[in-house]
Amino acid sequence: MLEVEDLSVFYGDAQALDGVSLSIEQGEIVAIVGANGAGKTSLIRTIGGMHRPTKGKIRFKGVDITGWPSYRVCDLGVGQVAEGRQIFPNMSVLENLEMGAMLPRARKLKARNLEHIYGLFPRLKERASQFAGTLSGGEQQMLAIGRCLMGAPELVMFDEPSLGLAPAIVQNMLAIIRTLNQDGLTCMLVEQNVAVSLRLARHGYVLENGRIMLKGGGEELLADDRVRQAYLGL
Amino acid sequence: MSGGLYLNVAVSGLLTGLIYGLSALGLSVIFGVIRIVNFAHGEMMVLGMFATLVLFRALGIDPLLSLPLVAAALFAFGYLLQDLVVRRVAHLADHMQFLLMASIAVMLISVCLMLFGPDAQNAQVSYGFDSFAIGPLLVDKVRVYAGAAALVVSGLLFAFFHYTPTGKAIRACGDNYTGALVVGLNVRRLYALTFGIGTACLGAAGAIMLLLVDVHPYLGPSYTLLAFIIVIIGGMGSLPGALLGGILIGVSEALAGVILQPSLKSAFSFGLLILVLLVRPQGLLGKVAR
Repeated sequence: MLEVEDLSVFYGDAQALDGVSLSIEQGEIVAIVGANGAGKTSLIRTIGGMHRPTKGKIRFKGVDITGWPSYRVCDLGVGQVAEGRQIFPNMSVLENLEMGAMLPRARKLKARNLEHIYGLFPRLKERASQFAGTLSGGEQQMLAIGRCLMGAPELVMFDEPSLGLAPAIVQNMLAIIRTLNQDGLTCMLVEQNVAVSLRLARHGYVLENGRIMLKGGGEELLADDRVRQAYLGL
Repeated sequence: MSGGLYLNVAVSGLLTGLIYGLSALGLSVIFGVIRIVNFAHGEMMVLGMFATLVLFRALGIDPLLSLPLVAAALFAFGYLLQDLVVRRVAHLADHMQFLLMASIAVMLISVCLMLFGPDAQNAQVSYGFDSFAIGPLLVDKVRVYAGAAALVVSGLLFAFFHYTPTGKAIRACGDNYTGALVVGLNVRRLYALTFGIGTACLGAAGAIMLLLVDVHPYLGPSYTLLAFIIVIIGGMGSLPGALLGGILIGVSEALAGVILQPSLKSAFSFGLLILVLLVRPQGLLGKVAR
């Protein structure tokens, strides 16, 4: 579904990604793990059309989307739940969700998707008219996911969905990602929380200093000595 | 002096203040969303006044009827200016943006000078000397029409931002730029629209203002300054704040003119500005920067 080939990205003189290649098949969960500053967010931003790569190719559903602006990438079906949630704090919860459905592909499905999301996150329905900035961290994360789903995506890139959340809420969030995946959503899960995300994913990639250092099945990577030493402290 | 005089002056100041408010809305919308300070604000408003004057002189169109035309023309001007020029300096330091906007202001003044000359000119409408009398209240007809028009345009603007998808999307861009990109809003187009809407406000305010004052090319800087005072008093980026600030300045200027001295009008506005900065630096309806 998504193929990334030899992707290199620079921020000024600093290289964020160096020849990254990966592929995601339809219907799977792929985990990208790595320490802070390994290039995980750069990868998502570049695939999402928010940053131009200096080299390499990105293909989604067979279409070359390299260098496309973000609104076109989104409209092709690539959604993202960004790091830091990036909700609209001074707009109501409902307005936030509506903003997710501004894409041409999602406009007609707005009412149906809204109902679906309210079913998934009843809390958002209760707080529909409240300013999004007044929500708790967990609720804001729900809103970020709900807003993304309003765009009727086929692939969703989750950037650190567990960051800054209480452990119980993290489990809740991961359960939701698993449910969405079972309903057919392809997921790319980018996490510092290596153990959790590799357990959830079918495939994983380990990103270090902008390069893919390891790839393999989720369980296989979890059993790898290098991963255990570097990320799990075992 | 009777209480009736003060009431008259206050009402007339309120009506003028509504136009000030509409003009300040134009500044506030652009700053609130694009984070660009339009230092050519007053000059663009003067451009709107001259456009209205031309329509009045050449075709005899009443300023209030040419308002939509002038607003549309200024919208196109602002849209293109943002998309072709301002967008390219967005990543530069603030002083570079200032230089660009200041130079646009100088160019606009020069163009107006070349086309219309330096003299003050006005549009003399047939109802220019009529007035409404309600009890002790005696208000100029033009001022009532002008205030009402400013209120209607401001109302339309609020409705646009709160009830239309495009208006909400523009607010979203102002609220969280990254968030807007993440959900797939076409931020470049929305920014151009925002700048266009901001300058359209100025076109509308200019058309209305021509009913009340004579226009000349050097009028611009004073309007820029006035709009800054209003927006800072009301709260940067707050639309109701801009309107409230406009009314406050309009009324206080008018009252200061009678109670103190006409020449102390501006001193009073600046005094109000300093007071607000001391007591509530984020402006009356502004939010504290996070």
